[in-house]
Amino acid sequence: MNLGNRKFVVIGIVVFIILAFIVRLFTLQISDDYWSRKAANLTERSTKIYPPRGLIYDRKGELLVANQAIYDLMMLPREVKDLDTLRFCALLKISKDEFDERLAKMRKSRGWASNKEQVFIKQIRPEDFAPIAEQLYKYPGFYGQPRTVRNYKRGIGALLLGDIGEVVQRDIDRDPYYRPGDYIGKGGIEMAYEDYLRGQKGVRFMVIDPMGRPQESFNEGDFDTLAISGQNLVSTIDSDLQAYGEYLMQHKKGSIVAIEPATGEILAMVSSPTYDPNLLVGRDRGSNYGLLQNDSLLPLYNRAIKGTYRPGSIFKMVQALIALDEDKITPQTRIACNRNLIGCHGPHTYDDLEGAIIHSCNPYFRGVMQRMVEANIKKDRFEDAAIGMSHWKERIESFGFGTALDTDVPGVNRGNVPGKKYYDKIYGEERWAFSTIYSISIGEGELLVNPLQMANLGAIIANRGYYYPPHTVKDIGGQGKLERFRTPLQTNIDPDYFETVVNAMQKVVEQDGGTARRARTPGITVCGKTGTVQNDPLPDHSVFMAFAPKENPQIAISVYVENAGFGGTWAAPIASLMIEQYINDSISDPRKEQRIIDQHFFD
Amino acid sequence: MQRGRDIRKNIDWLSIGIYAALVICGWIAIYSASFSEAHPEIWDMGMPYGKQLLWMGICALVALFTLNIEGEFFNRFSPIIYLSVTVMLVLVLLIGKKVGGARSWFAIGSFAIQPSEFAKMATGLFLAYFINTSGVKFKSFTNRLQVFGIVAIPAGLILLQPDAGTVLVFLGFIFAMYREGLSGNILIIGFASLILGVVSIIMGANVVEYPWFGEQSGIFYVGLGILALAALGFLGVKLLVLPRNRKRTNLIVLASLFGALIFSGGVYTGIEQILKPHQKERIYILFGLEVNNPDADYNIRHAKAAIGSGGWRGKGVLEGPMTRYNFVPEQNTDFIFCTIGEEWGFIGSVFVLLLFATLILRLLFLAERQRSQFSRVYGYCVASILFMHVLINIGMVIGLAPVIGIPLPFFSYGGSSLLGFTLLIFIMLRLDSERFSVFR
Repeated sequence: MNLGNRKFVVIGIVVFIILAFIVRLFTLQISDDYWSRKAANLTERSTKIYPPRGLIYDRKGELLVANQAIYDLMMLPREVKDLDTLRFCALLKISKDEFDERLAKMRKSRGWASNKEQVFIKQIRPEDFAPIAEQLYKYPGFYGQPRTVRNYKRGIGALLLGDIGEVVQRDIDRDPYYRPGDYIGKGGIEMAYEDYLRGQKGVRFMVIDPMGRPQESFNEGDFDTLAISGQNLVSTIDSDLQAYGEYLMQHKKGSIVAIEPATGEILAMVSSPTYDPNLLVGRDRGSNYGLLQNDSLLPLYNRAIKGTYRPGSIFKMVQALIALDEDKITPQTRIACNRNLIGCHGPHTYDDLEGAIIHSCNPYFRGVMQRMVEANIKKDRFEDAAIGMSHWKERIESFGFGTALDTDVPGVNRGNVPGKKYYDKIYGEERWAFSTIYSISIGEGELLVNPLQMANLGAIIANRGYYYPPHTVKDIGGQGKLERFRTPLQTNIDPDYFETVVNAMQKVVEQDGGTARRARTPGITVCGKTGTVQNDPLPDHSVFMAFAPKENPQIAISVYVENAGFGGTWAAPIASLMIEQYINDSISDPRKEQRIIDQHFFD
Repeated sequence: MQRGRDIRKNIDWLSIGIYAALVICGWIAIYSASFSEAHPEIWDMGMPYGKQLLWMGICALVALFTLNIEGEFFNRFSPIIYLSVTVMLVLVLLIGKKVGGARSWFAIGSFAIQPSEFAKMATGLFLAYFINTSGVKFKSFTNRLQVFGIVAIPAGLILLQPDAGTVLVFLGFIFAMYREGLSGNILIIGFASLILGVVSIIMGANVVEYPWFGEQSGIFYVGLGILALAALGFLGVKLLVLPRNRKRTNLIVLASLFGALIFSGGVYTGIEQILKPHQKERIYILFGLEVNNPDADYNIRHAKAAIGSGGWRGKGVLEGPMTRYNFVPEQNTDFIFCTIGEEWGFIGSVFVLLLFATLILRLLFLAERQRSQFSRVYGYCVASILFMHVLINIGMVIGLAPVIGIPLPFFSYGGSSLLGFTLLIFIMLRLDSERFSVFR
């Protein structure tokens, strides 16, 4: 046997192994990026830098919504050692079961990894976190991470301002800017102006060690981006007026909407009952939200924009204005108060327009609307009514009724202005005529409007024919308000026609026997109109719409008090107090105020 | 002995060059793996790279010294060297310092000596001496037993420390024996055992619910498979082998049958019953089997991530975050190749591998050109030991071998290892330089 050849076997084995190693290195390092991605996961961490959210001021410059620090208790599982669970639970004021539950939930979550920080407890208020922070050094692997949440300085305007909460999957799907755990505006100004308030998140890439501790910036910070602060907003809200409105509306269900007619700026928007927006901040947000949601008085329901009611008598002024403009009537037109056609009340028989508004004469306005609907274009009264209705609906909508009013308040219920389509659906095409639908002529029937639209009507009349879409923010980061709030919308009704209506509204308040005597305000000429919205079988809603002063109006207002009866009794005096508070910044008759405060419609 | 004692003429400068290149690369890797911003000076004696620099100096002196010793000395004194190392191996078990669960170090001041690093050299020398002087041809059973004993005594003592990695290295001596006449069947049996062992481990690990025999019955199916193969073997013998040879061949098949059954059962029992849980886990992880402890593959996962993230050209010295922030444990000793992989990339890793391959093949070439059997056997021993280290260490960090603690020659931080390999190689180079003057 020639043993010399055996060297080739040994050489062969060596060469084979080295080649195998080279192939293996090639697959590890070159052909597959699995391991390099793995390494990046292990060694790099991107940290989001949250910019401070924009602040919100009221129209006088008072800070309404500020930011406050809050702490998330973070946990880095890998670093947790020798945890004295019971003492830790006592420190956090949670039970052992809750501790186990949280841990189990975290372990199941998608982001779980022993070297990745996890949120153990969210949103601990600074005062609660201070004692925890002192002891935290005893519990390696746990640390606090500051975040900012909202702080509502005056505790007013909860639904108007809105709140912030963690994004849900839908938000993330809609806008990839958001990541789980981010905050987003939920309702009100926070939601409508989310894009301006949130600013721009920054990101910092760090190289970390195996314990997850940041060591140095990755690639000398080349991939980092700076956080851009959110823009501050100046709201149109007069916080004193808003607070006063909430004060007046305590123990009452309903709403107040006050608008500056010249600009469309919403001065106050009260929905009652309300709650302190600070309840929805921090750790208790979840439980408090549940309580509010289950409250039978629906405090989370913004009655000012979502509540829809029959407009009632107040609608007669809209009818009057359109009929005047359509030349169907003149201010001198008299119509007999024929109570066989439709019910009425009060001692009058044959009013002109002004009288009919003051007396709220139902047969008069039935007649007015008949003239508009029965246009005498077609012989067939059914066809004729359909043409008339379509035109009428268009004109009604130019007052903002039946529309969402291009406002910045999210969630407006547009109400209902029935037209041809609507009645065709109910009765069938050409199966209805004026006699079928006449109840809408006096603001009853299928008509539905919301309090914001009603206040806007006040602004339209105050402006004698135009309005700006009502809005809640007058300045975004020093750039002024949104473009769409800078151009007025016209009703195309001749300003002259408004004088009759305005004079009548003044008399409603000032004349002896006027329905809104309680709306009289010393030194201010208030023009208003009461409404009493039938609400069988529950008591009627008390409604009042007004603006003041008569010349150069500064405020238009709608007040709804649910189940409170006649419009003049509760809604009118509340409106009067609001007007006085806004214009004079003081109340001349404390007894009037006390009467309102003492009245409880619920406890 | 010839005139012209100037060894510079006959020395193999190529080997010295590769040796130097490996040592320098090794030091750079150690520097990177243990770098601390507080101690950037390379001669800082408080840091591994400072100490390693000192060891490199010592090794240079030792190498120079070794090259000036007559080759005959190593031949003559190999029994004494072997004996003294064996005594040291016994002593270390008695008075050695325990580091990481193994009693393998003599502590002398701030330095520590690991006798097993020198046992490889001593065993190689004595094996060469024994084969050379007694004319072993590996024919008789006594012969084989004697040679086996020479390797087994130090290996056994090292196993007691325990240091399984170094024991595995001693298997490398089989290459030298094979070259000197040990039956080639040993390699075939070794290869077959490897396959059978892997199959037994995987089947035995209960990854699948097997029918009939209940849980953990995979190993029975391995047995059935062996029986089936044996049956095929007997059939083959009947059909293909001449009648006069049948009896002998049948005996071989029968022996293989029993051998395979015992081996397979032994591997299974060994892993399930004898190995410590962490060793069992390491083997399971290698074969991708499920392990209860989620952190069991922490080292190897991180090692692969570090190497895998190197790409073509690597991230540059001191630029690899996995190395920089110690993601891989023991990364300046057993896992030092991760640093090469991450910071030097594929090109650097292959360069290092090729340096090793060239050195091993060069040593084999040197061994083959010897006239003296002593030098040839010793040369084979040196190349084999080096090869086993590379095979096990790099195989481990790239996930082709189980995690076994064993240094990568010239790279892993540690004076004993560097000194051991320096002696191992420079004795061979001295012997080689005398190749023309020896006629035995």
